[in-house]
Amino acid sequence: MSTTASVTPELSNEEIFRYSRHLILPEVGLEGQKKLKRARVLLVGVGGLGSPAALYLAAAGVGTLGLVDFDVVDATNLQRQVLHGTSAIGKRKLDSARERIEDLNPNVKVEAHETPLTSRNALEIIGTYDLVVDGTDNFQTRYLVNDACVLLGKPNVYGSIYRFEGQASVFATAEAPCYRCLFREPPPPGLVPSCAEGGVLGVLPGIIGTIQTTEALKLILGIGESLAGRLLLVDALRMNFRTLNLRKDPECPACGTHEIKELIDYEEFCGVRQAAAADAAAQSAVPEITPAQLAARIARGDDFDLIDVREPHEWDIARIPGARLIPLGTVVEALPTLDSARDIVVHCKVGGRSAKAVQQLQASGFRKVWNLAGGITRWSDDVDPSVPKY
Amino acid sequence: MAVTLFLPTVLARLADSGTLRSEGDTVGEVVENIAGRYPDLAPRLRDEKGDPYAFVTFYLNDEDIRFTGSFRSPVKDGDELTIVPAIAGG
Ligand SMILES: [Zn+2]
Repeated sequence: MSTTASVTPELSNEEIFRYSRHLILPEVGLEGQKKLKRARVLLVGVGGLGSPAALYLAAAGVGTLGLVDFDVVDATNLQRQVLHGTSAIGKRKLDSARERIEDLNPNVKVEAHETPLTSRNALEIIGTYDLVVDGTDNFQTRYLVNDACVLLGKPNVYGSIYRFEGQASVFATAEAPCYRCLFREPPPPGLVPSCAEGGVLGVLPGIIGTIQTTEALKLILGIGESLAGRLLLVDALRMNFRTLNLRKDPECPACGTHEIKELIDYEEFCGVRQAAAADAAAQSAVPEITPAQLAARIARGDDFDLIDVREPHEWDIARIPGARLIPLGTVVEALPTLDSARDIVVHCKVGGRSAKAVQQLQASGFRKVWNLAGGITRWSDDVDPSVPKY
Repeated sequence: MAVTLFLPTVLARLADSGTLRSEGDTVGEVVENIAGRYPDLAPRLRDEKGDPYAFVTFYLNDEDIRFTGSFRSPVKDGDELTIVPAIAGG
């Protein structure tokens, strides 16, 4: 592939020694290592997928790594985001990433873009790189990265994970199909839970992120058979790897008909804004009680029922004393066991599922029902810090 | 025709397992057979009209059925149908 810099960089003696295991591979060699040094790779997201990608691309000697992220390191990231350490909690991910990369390989130039990737900045940011590694965690950014890569003719090294399964491919090379050829439209918001909601095995982004990195390195070196035109499915539980053929869809609005001539509003396209407004409206429509008010009712010895609509594995992690577990999916079945004459307080992790449960109860004629604002998470913050947050 | 269906874990929990056996002469019939047996899974496989969603791709053996006739694609004994939903985690 062509790279943007025209001068062939020389390798210092330190670099030659450092990359010796590459240099003695005939498929890489001195020329390949210089290609890596010349290469400019953009990582969109330095989280689960971006962590191994950043580490291995830097270790391999990719000359310039662009990083797009605007997040701060959180303790819950460390189970899988191996780029960041405990000492980085509370720091900007880009600062933590830069320190780690510079320690790993000071020959790598890090270009930090501390911003969300948007329709306004994507072409400008992506335009200066040779290829993109998509490590984002939401559909709107995935469609944005895809369309920008198709418009700019830059390969998009795709990876995506959920629980124990992952997908990887290379989109938008000259011949290859794009992400829209695979999934014409995103699922409606809320149908597919995020990793924050559904969980993810910590090593899974390690598997998929290193596969993306392998594809990125192959593209830069111009060796092997790329995943372009194939979709790799990884099932870590069955330890099954499978590739399926991807075809360019002649009706694809991005790479087929070229109907998409500029970047669109991806939040609108993915229904994100509409869904957020609907959620907010639904939550505000149900009567609420704060954790402090609930604690006061418990302390007074008030007579009421406290219902926890989370899942049993969440109940095992933490619970509010006196609560009864009725997972959201079973609320309708449990209705005969509930007394509409009594006051009922419903809670979940942060208040979304319990708002739905309150609406279900109201629809069944219950009048004295309250949603615990902020769920057990805010209960831990406001009332009882001994209850673990997760 | 006897066909084996492979579901990702996100959908497998709505059925008995991630590997299901089904019958039919076309992909659509195979899917309807499964939808009839697992009502919770049904709305995740196809829309109310019985058509495939744009965010769930069906592979008959290694090929995307959208290029072979969609749900009208004929199936043979021993075919494998793999369901690939869009996921976005990273
Ligand atoms: Zn396309």
